[in-house]
Amino acid sequence: MSARRNMGSFGSRTATRLGAGLILAVVLAACGSDSSGTSGSSDTTDADAAASEQTTVTVLAAASLTEAFTSLAEDYEAEHDGVTIALSFGSSTTLAQQIAEGAEADIYASAGRGALDHLPENYAADGGEELIAHNVLEIAVPPGNPAGITALTDFARADIDTVLCTETVPCGRAADEAFTKAGITPTPASREIDVKATLAKVALEEADAAIVYKSDVVTAGEIEGVEIPDAENVVMDYPLVWFNTDPHTTGFAEFVAGEQGRQALTDAGFTLP
Amino acid sequence: MTLDAHIVARRGSFETDLTLAAEAGSVVALLGPNGSGKTTALDAIAGLLPLHAGHVRVGGRTWADDSTGLPAQERSTGLVAAQHLLFPHLSALENVAFGPRSRGMRRAPARERAQQELDALGIGDLAERRPAGLSQGQSQRTALARALATDPDVLLLDEPLSALDPTTRAEVRAVLAHRLAEFDGVTVLVTHDPLDALTLSDHLVFIAEGRVVQSGSPADVIARPRDAYVAHVVGLNLYPGDPLDHSSVSTVLGQVVTSGVDHEGPTWITFAPSAVSLYPELPLGSPRNAFHTTVTAIEVLGQLARVRLATDDGQPVVAEVTTTSVANLRLQTGSRIWATVKATEVSAYPA
Amino acid sequence: MRSAFRGRGILLVPAALGMALVVLPLLGLVVRTDWGGLITHLRAPVVWPAIRLSLITTLTTLTLAIVLGTPLAWALAQATGRLATWARAILTVPVVLPPVVGGVALLLAYGRNGIVGAPVFEAFGWRIPFTPMAVVLSQLFVSLPFYVLAVEGAMRSIDRRYDRIAATLGASPLRVFTRIALPLAAPGIAAGAALAWARALGEFGATITFAGNFKGRTQTAPLAVYIALQSDPQAAIALSIAMLAVSIAVLGLLRGRWMS
Repeated sequence: MSARRNMGSFGSRTATRLGAGLILAVVLAACGSDSSGTSGSSDTTDADAAASEQTTVTVLAAASLTEAFTSLAEDYEAEHDGVTIALSFGSSTTLAQQIAEGAEADIYASAGRGALDHLPENYAADGGEELIAHNVLEIAVPPGNPAGITALTDFARADIDTVLCTETVPCGRAADEAFTKAGITPTPASREIDVKATLAKVALEEADAAIVYKSDVVTAGEIEGVEIPDAENVVMDYPLVWFNTDPHTTGFAEFVAGEQGRQALTDAGFTLP
Repeated sequence: MTLDAHIVARRGSFETDLTLAAEAGSVVALLGPNGSGKTTALDAIAGLLPLHAGHVRVGGRTWADDSTGLPAQERSTGLVAAQHLLFPHLSALENVAFGPRSRGMRRAPARERAQQELDALGIGDLAERRPAGLSQGQSQRTALARALATDPDVLLLDEPLSALDPTTRAEVRAVLAHRLAEFDGVTVLVTHDPLDALTLSDHLVFIAEGRVVQSGSPADVIARPRDAYVAHVVGLNLYPGDPLDHSSVSTVLGQVVTSGVDHEGPTWITFAPSAVSLYPELPLGSPRNAFHTTVTAIEVLGQLARVRLATDDGQPVVAEVTTTSVANLRLQTGSRIWATVKATEVSAYPA
Repeated sequence: MRSAFRGRGILLVPAALGMALVVLPLLGLVVRTDWGGLITHLRAPVVWPAIRLSLITTLTTLTLAIVLGTPLAWALAQATGRLATWARAILTVPVVLPPVVGGVALLLAYGRNGIVGAPVFEAFGWRIPFTPMAVVLSQLFVSLPFYVLAVEGAMRSIDRRYDRIAATLGASPLRVFTRIALPLAAPGIAAGAALAWARALGEFGATITFAGNFKGRTQTAPLAVYIALQSDPQAAIALSIAMLAVSIAVLGLLRGRWMS
C-alpha cells in the first residue's frame, strides 16, 4: 500500500510546519481506510469472501474495453450476490502509472504490452497474467465516407483533414508503426489525446478520417470503418493482469477469459487469441 | 451673447417648464427648493438632458429646439458643480487645459491659456499639483478655471459654493464675484443660499415644482415676495388674503390690520420676523394683531434668536427676538405664547 | 482578550487546513522536481514548441481581449437597459461553463459544419479547427469574459459626472473614452489583463476539444504537460515548473505595480 505510506509521511511533515497536520492526517487516514475497504477482499480469507459479505473487485481497464467490460461486470454481479465490480477506464499508460503510484487495483487490463512497463516490478507475483484479446487498426470515417477514403495512402493527401492519436498513447504508436510499414508519411491536422477524442473529431465530421482500433469503430455507432490490409496492420495484445488470488478477483478474471468474455469481446470488435 | 431659453424637460413623471432670458455679461440666479428643477434646467442648457419641447438659443444660434439638439460637446458652456469633479489623473493645469485641447487648441497655447486662467483666480502657483494635493477651495477655483478656460458663451454654476466650509466659501465667493464681473458671457447660478444669489446675481428666478414662481431684480424680490419659499429665503412672513377695507385683510391668520390697502382683489401681506413681539399673556392695550401660538423650534444666532411658531390653525410664523427674551420668557419647544405685530409693520400688495 | 485569542485559535485550524490544501500540491511539484536535471528536461523536444506556441497564442489573445474587450466593457459600463443586463449575463457564461463544454460549443460554431465555420469553409476553403487560430479562439472564449467583467467593474466605478463635465468641455465620446475612462480604469485594465492572460495560459479543455493537439501548431504548454506526463514525466514536471515560475512572476509584477 504505497499510497497510504506516502500520504502518512506527507502528514507528519506538515504537522510540524503548519500545525494542521493532525487534522490532515486524520482526514487522510479516513480516506485511506475508505479506499482500502474497496479492495478489502485481498486481505480477507477465502472463507470470508465466499460468504455473502459485501466484496468489491476493483478493475482498471483500457478505455477501449469500456463496453465489453461494463456488460461483463453486470453479468458477473448478477451471478454473484454481494460482489461489486468497481470499474475505472482510462488510458492504459495512465492507469499503469496510477497503480505504480499506489492506486487500489485488483485487476488491470491493458491495451498493448507497452503500458505494462509502467507497473511495479514483479507485478504478477501474487496473481497472474493472461492474454484475452487482439485488436487491429482500422480507418474510421464519417457516415457515407464523404472524402472517399480507401487506404492508408489517403492520410498523405493535402486536401483532407485527418487526425491520429497522440504518439504517447497506444493507438498513436500503433498508427505510426502502420504508416512506417506502408512507407507513408501522414499529414495529420491533430494528434488527439486519446482514442475517444480522435473518434469525436470524425463523428463531428471535423476530420475526414482517423486511425483507431477496430473495436473503437464497432462501439462508436455511426462511424464507418475502412479495413487496413494485414501487411500494413498492427496487432495489439490485450493482457489481463490480476494482482491477488482473492476468489472474486480470479473469479472475474476467469469470467473475462472464459466463454462469456470471449463473446462480449468479439461483439465489441476484438479478435481472439 | 444672450440666452433665450424655454425649457420643457421630463425626468420620470416630473416635468420642468421654465423660461429663462439673460443679457450678455449678466448673472441669473436660479433659486428653489430641492427637486424644483434647477439642475434639470442647467442640464438642458448644457445638452446633458434632451429637451422635451421648447428651445435654447444663445447669441442667435439655436442649440436646441424641436428639430435641433446639439450634443453637449458642441455647445459652448462651462459647468461647475458643488463637487469640483477635477479629473484625478491630471494636474490642475492639465485639467484646465483639457477644455481648450478638446476644442482643438494646440498643446502649448492651451497650456498657456490654462495658466492664465489659474493666475486670474489666484492659484497660478498650484498648476502642477494633482487634485489630491489641493485644498477644497483651491480645487473649486481650479474647477472654475477649467469651466472658464474655453471662454464659454454660458457659464453654468450648480451650487458651486455649497460644499465649502463657511470661511472658504466667503473666500471663493469673493474670487467668483471678481471673475464674473469680467466675464462677458451669460452666467446661470443655481443656489439655495440667498447670500450667493444676492451678492453674485443681477436677476433672481425662483422656481418650484418645475415652474417659475417669481423673478425680478434682487431688490424687487426682497421687497415683495410672492411665494412662501421666496419669503422664506428672504426671511419674511408671507400670507395670501383678500382686502376687507382700506386697512384690513382677511388671511389664513385671521383678520390682519395692515399699514394700508390701496387695491382690490387677491393680495399678499408680509411682515418681518423682527416685527413680531412675544408675550406670555395677551398684553393690555394690545396691538391690533395678536395670535395665540405654540413654539415649534428655536434657533439661536448670537444675540438674536429665530423662534418658529405655529398658530392654532397650524399657520407658520417666524419671530426674531433677542436671546435675552428667550431666556426671560423661558421659551422652549411646545411653549404657548402670544405673538403680536403692529399694523404699521404689515405691508400689503396685490398678488 | 483571552477569549478573543482562543476564538482565533479555533479559527486557525480550518484556516491552516485550507492553506495547506493549496500549498501541498505546489510543494509536491517543487519537491518532486529533479532540479539538477531541470535544464536537460526543459530541452526535451516537447517543451520549447509548447512554450513558444503558448506565448504567441496567449499574447495574441491578450491583445485581442484588450482591443475588443475594452470598448465592450466601456459600452456595458455606460449602458443601463435590459440589453446590457442580458449581455453581462451571457458574458458570464464562459466563466462558469466547464471549458470542455466551451470547446464543444466552439466546434459547433467554428467547426467545418459549424454555423460560422461551414460558410467560411465553403467561401474560402479555410478551416478553423486544428490551427493556432483555433487555440486563440478557445483562449478568447474563456478569458475575454474575465477581462471584460474586470474592466467593466473598474469603469463602472468611475464617477459618471466626469463624462458629463468632459462633454461640456467639448470632448467627443472618443476623447472621453481615451483621456478619462482609460486612465481612470488603468488599474482595473491591468488586473483584468493579468487575469485574462493567466486564464488563457492555463486553457486546456476548450483547446484540446476544439483546436486539437499538434506539436508546434496547437499543442500549448498545458496540453504538452498532459501528454508528456505519459511518456516523459520529468519533462512534464519541468514544464510545470516553468509555468509556475511564470505565474508567480506575473503575480509579483501585479502586486508591485497595481495591487499594493
